[in-house]
Amino acid sequence: MSKNRIQLMLCGGTGCHSTGSKKFEKALQQELEAKGLAEEIKIVETGCNGFCAVGPVMLVQPEGIFYQKLKVEDVPYLVEEHFLKGRPVKKFFFVEQKNKATIPHMNDIPFFSNQVYRAMRNKGVIDPEVIDEYIAREGYFGAAKALNEMTPEQVVEQIKISQLRGRGGAGFPTGMKWAFAAASPGEEKYVLCNADEGDPGAFMDRSILESDPHAVLEGMIIAARAINARQGYIYCRTEYQLAIRRLDIAIRQAKEYGLLGENILGSGFSFNIDIYQGAGAFVCGEETALMRSIEGKRGMPRPRPPFPAHKGLWDKPTILNNVETLANIPQIIIKGGAWYASIGTEKSKGTKVFALSGDVNNIGLVEVPMGLPIRKLIYDIGGGIPGGKKFKAVQLGGPSGGCIPEHKLDTPIDYEEITKVGAIMGSGGAIVMDENTCMVDMARFFMDFIQDESCGKCTPCREGTRRMLELLEKICHGEGQDGDIQSLEALAEVIGQSALCGLGQTAANPVLSTLRFFREEYETHIKEKVCPAKRCVALLKFEVNPEMCKKCGLCFKACPSEAIAWKKKEVAVIDKSKCVKCMSCFDKCKFDAIF
Amino acid sequence: MTNPIADMEKAEVILLTGTNTTENHPVIAAYIKRAVQFKGTKLIVVDPRRIKMAAFAEQWLRPYPGTDVAWLNGLMHVIIKENLHDKEFIANRCEDFEALAKSVEAFTPEYVQNLTGIPAQDLIQAARLYAGAKVASIVYCMGITQHVSGTDNVKALANLAMLCGHLGVEGGGVNPLRGQNNVQGACDMGGLPNVFTGYQPVTDGANVKKMEEAWQVTGLSTKVGLTVTEMIPKAHSGEIKALYIVGENPLISDADVNHVEKSIAHLDFLVVQDIFMTETAQMAHVVLPSLCFAEKDGTFSNTERKVQRIRKAVDGPGSAKTDWEIICAISRKMGYAMNYASSREIFEEIARVTPSYGGITYERIEHEGLHWPCPTKDHPGTKILHTAQFTRGKGKFHAIAFVPPAEKTDAEYPLILTTGRVLYHYHTGTMTRKSEGLNERAPECFIEMAKADAEKYGVKAGAVATIASRRGEIKAKVKISETAVAGTVFLPFHFVEASANKLTNAALDPISKIPEFKVCAVKVLA
Amino acid sequence: MNKPNIIVINGQEYLFTPGETILTVARRNNVDIPTLCHMKNATPTGACRMCVVEVQGARSLMAACTVPAGPNMVVRTESELIAKARRMIIELMLTSGNHEDCLVCPATGDCRLQELAYKYQIKAGRFPKTKSRYDLEAVNPFIIRNFSKCLACGRCVQACNEVQVNTAIDFGYRGARTKIITKGDRTLKDSDCVFCGECIQVCPVGALIPKDAYKKARICDTKSVRSTCTYCGVGCQVNLHVKNNEVQHITGRGDAAPNFGSLCVKGRFGFDFIAAKERLKTPLIKENGAFREASWDEAIGLVAERLSAIKAKHGADSLGVLTSARISNEENYVVQKFARAVLKTNNVDHCARL
Repeated sequence: MSKNRIQLMLCGGTGCHSTGSKKFEKALQQELEAKGLAEEIKIVETGCNGFCAVGPVMLVQPEGIFYQKLKVEDVPYLVEEHFLKGRPVKKFFFVEQKNKATIPHMNDIPFFSNQVYRAMRNKGVIDPEVIDEYIAREGYFGAAKALNEMTPEQVVEQIKISQLRGRGGAGFPTGMKWAFAAASPGEEKYVLCNADEGDPGAFMDRSILESDPHAVLEGMIIAARAINARQGYIYCRTEYQLAIRRLDIAIRQAKEYGLLGENILGSGFSFNIDIYQGAGAFVCGEETALMRSIEGKRGMPRPRPPFPAHKGLWDKPTILNNVETLANIPQIIIKGGAWYASIGTEKSKGTKVFALSGDVNNIGLVEVPMGLPIRKLIYDIGGGIPGGKKFKAVQLGGPSGGCIPEHKLDTPIDYEEITKVGAIMGSGGAIVMDENTCMVDMARFFMDFIQDESCGKCTPCREGTRRMLELLEKICHGEGQDGDIQSLEALAEVIGQSALCGLGQTAANPVLSTLRFFREEYETHIKEKVCPAKRCVALLKFEVNPEMCKKCGLCFKACPSEAIAWKKKEVAVIDKSKCVKCMSCFDKCKFDAIF
Repeated sequence: MTNPIADMEKAEVILLTGTNTTENHPVIAAYIKRAVQFKGTKLIVVDPRRIKMAAFAEQWLRPYPGTDVAWLNGLMHVIIKENLHDKEFIANRCEDFEALAKSVEAFTPEYVQNLTGIPAQDLIQAARLYAGAKVASIVYCMGITQHVSGTDNVKALANLAMLCGHLGVEGGGVNPLRGQNNVQGACDMGGLPNVFTGYQPVTDGANVKKMEEAWQVTGLSTKVGLTVTEMIPKAHSGEIKALYIVGENPLISDADVNHVEKSIAHLDFLVVQDIFMTETAQMAHVVLPSLCFAEKDGTFSNTERKVQRIRKAVDGPGSAKTDWEIICAISRKMGYAMNYASSREIFEEIARVTPSYGGITYERIEHEGLHWPCPTKDHPGTKILHTAQFTRGKGKFHAIAFVPPAEKTDAEYPLILTTGRVLYHYHTGTMTRKSEGLNERAPECFIEMAKADAEKYGVKAGAVATIASRRGEIKAKVKISETAVAGTVFLPFHFVEASANKLTNAALDPISKIPEFKVCAVKVLA
Repeated sequence: MNKPNIIVINGQEYLFTPGETILTVARRNNVDIPTLCHMKNATPTGACRMCVVEVQGARSLMAACTVPAGPNMVVRTESELIAKARRMIIELMLTSGNHEDCLVCPATGDCRLQELAYKYQIKAGRFPKTKSRYDLEAVNPFIIRNFSKCLACGRCVQACNEVQVNTAIDFGYRGARTKIITKGDRTLKDSDCVFCGECIQVCPVGALIPKDAYKKARICDTKSVRSTCTYCGVGCQVNLHVKNNEVQHITGRGDAAPNFGSLCVKGRFGFDFIAAKERLKTPLIKENGAFREASWDEAIGLVAERLSAIKAKHGADSLGVLTSARISNEENYVVQKFARAVLKTNNVDHCARL
């Protein structure tokens, strides 16, 4: 669609913005103009490319050269070498951690080559602020087909055949949800998009909205057709300013093209979408709380039934789908449900997007086929654990999920299989933890989050999580007692059984799952007052073990408060009166000599 | 009320007028608010003040004070013109429709807009809303009745309800909210100059004969007596020589209290029977201490005609006695043997002589009251009136002419004063002003006025201003409020030290003899 | 396919009407399910979770107060798991604030938490007692808000928003910081609160109590006398709570029309007048412009004599009687009978018009 010789697909996701892509873009544009290349080389700001760890990133098309960690000062050299002399610049290539090999082409980089793009098929490929680019890649073909060639029943049928399940976490079959809402009597119905992503370490929805907002709009139009809704809302947390801006632009453009509003594509069908900005309460990701929030009330879950498909927003039949779920819809309609269901496992079809974060080399956003072993996600795509450390566990499903330890890493990505090992698929947050992670402390972190974000309505969640947090804090502070684990388990059972909403019922999962796989760590904390991972400050002595100290002096250099005495070829000594327990020395010591 | 309170939640539309319900009848207000909030009931509020209920209203119409007949006739004009009236109900249950139709012919929305200030389009919309409902209730209070046209206003409301067939059905009706715990009962019991108990006219020989037999007396008067609003002036003129006042405080509650005070001072003999030394009691020759509701047994009849028990919980102070014991003692002293052992015995006599109370006994209302009419012991009581026919048979439409308020504003008295109660006090404050808490919430009188008026007349919020009518003046703090509309000010009448009724006009409705508390001309001075 | 509307509770089949909750059906059939936050006249919120039951096929316990009965639904209301959950919930509530001072709490004997703790024999102790994050509020004349006793059950919120529809309070903040707040978290006296006291009436513990509660007898120590409110014409049904020949509290009768427990600020709090020192205690006769105390015999004699004399001199219609909209039917009847049968005049009226 372009006359340009070269297109530079510069990532404009939030991650690359924060590492300086905007400044780089400006400098690059100026340089191209100065060199008289501006006519033939065009910079396209795409949505999130996914490989956030190495940003700012840029893909040179049509060659497919992938550049990473770009800096403003490198612009003249890059332009000179690559765009004038035609020599791709090796120093900006991706370097594999394992063997230090440089890989010039994006498609050869394992991070990309092991992925399968469906929900993210347009990421890094189109300018999300230009509707034509979306249309050029079959954009709105699905909506056109659903509106002009299919009955609502046929639309629902295809979604059912695809076996697509809710990507927000619970994995409820999307086709069934739509069928319920379609069968609910009523003139007024709503389609809602849940973009209130709140799990720590999760940014799937944000990236999709930033890179391909039209896909979500199109998914909503198709959903509206399926249940005969005339109004949709995207509930997006207000912190996602870039996503909201791009959605705004996308909605405006779609309206201009007659793809939203009255009589869409001459089909006689009308549908509008508005954005509702949520204030960022975690609980508003829960569907009934989200609806109350749109109604202008305090976001608090209400009991189900009635389910939203019967009584949702303003008590009208409503479907609520997550961003990723909706982004999958257009392709299912274009290519058919069977196409979508052609990959995956028996009960989990298609792909799943994950936000890889934590102690993993390739932090970023990835989309993988269902059925892929988690090990491959972490090692092949994620590039393994940095710093030569050992893998300990990966937390899936955020605060409602659980951790998967080394010996369960071959579990395939599949709703049921993941649940069997005590975690949940969740919305796609995958936090990798290395051997330095204390699992009690990790459970404490999530409980702190849940306790803080509990809406406060039901007793088990409000009071129970507070008690659990107290117990975990006690254990981390070396004040754990016999019976604490039993109390945690008793609380966890009651909260799981009797909390009002899904968030509450799963609130204890991180504790249950760490107890399942790392019970001995709890016991060591309680009985021996030792934190094996050396993370719980209260349980550390801040002393150097002379037998293990290799006298390298790294700790001495790292200490910000001059509490460590060290001379060459001598064991370091920590002066506890000066030590501020910042853990810098622990982090630096390669020999595990500080305890 | 023609319908029970619980019916409010069954109405499709409620027309609420002349009632500041949240302050005067909070529990009924809750019914209406619930109906609007949770049952889909649409509320039309017609009130010159932006009362709290207006916030719940689908439509809030704001007429000039004292123009109720005009907008009511206007509503009926629209309903008839748009053919929204209930022809079947009118044909089967009513008479004189033609007269009504003719009388409202002139009240076009534009004409009504001129008289009332209600925009023509709003009136039309309200007419459609009320007439279009399957069942609609009319709820009103003293804002309708305390006018020289009070009786007309009520008849116009009845016309409207009949016109749309909203009478005699669940959720419908014409429902006056009675302001005092037993004002319904006082009327039912014949505490009126023209009727015995159960509204049996004193002018009817058969009734007189029945009572003479029941009471074992002869020579009952067949002449209609005087109303309170007539007795007071006649005390002034000397025709009334003695007054026996039970539990009332006309020195605060009546219109133009300066005149009331002079009139009472003229009496040869005044007995006041009360629980407190009221302003009126101060003027008495003899004061007799009585007991309050918590110190005696008996019944009250509430606004929905429901007869309910009160029970003795504590002993009264000193040697105070129940009102009936005192009256019986005086009767005996005057040679008439009035002897009852208990309130129950009195009630049994009431049931014997009062057809509408005939079936009510203490046993039957032990747990739950009964709505009269309840003529026989096996009658379940009547929650809804006029289900099959009206008391007089067919419902009569009355052609009502618009009569403006008795007093008009002029250059000297440019503002309209309207009076009423506030949430935290009750009537003349005799009881509520004994409560520290209520006094803290509502310590004193205030002049509620619109910001524009305050600016115009140079008074500041919180500053003491003088408010004066042609009859008197008081001082009170200015309260600038969104509730008030420019041109109209409001005063609560609870406060003896700033008695609103020094200002009010004693002009009476010609039939009901209600004074026009709701409209008089005043000025406000810094 | 019309499935019969039959639900099985504890092995017994019961008929239900669609829309009814498990709790409603159970209660109608005398199956006891403990509740705390549930209110008859407001939407169930399912907040406290005391009423959890086992529903066959459900993956967790369900709150009986919110789950509609369904055809062929199989419910158990007692089991080890249910007991465990209820006991833990009571324990959590007991330790959620200051609930160990029953001896000095005004709500003792009228406290749902106390009842439940007794029934299940739960003592606090496993978890440390948490101090309230919020100070007691007593800067209004009627209501004390003791946040250290608040269970955040939301009954007051339902009462304010769904029963009285004053929308003065709602949930505020989150998690363990949850607090029932007015708009902007102001004190009640600077809020939309109109002090109807519905919240006090529905508070299951001692978190909301009348301002003078500590000076009055506890409700459980009083005798309750049913009566009718003496203010406006609504005729609210009340309980007068009496001790030592004094009305200590007035509460609304939850089981009776027209108010079903609701009252207004006057009806609930405005009863100081009953025991006011200004009450008239003895007949008074005015002499030389001042009142003096008199015996009943003397006062009644004087009134009878003067009325007889004036009647004799000026005729019956020179006498007028004002009866009262404040006194009982029986008394009104006697007063008008006195005017008509004794004084022989129809000059009898009252302040209906005022």
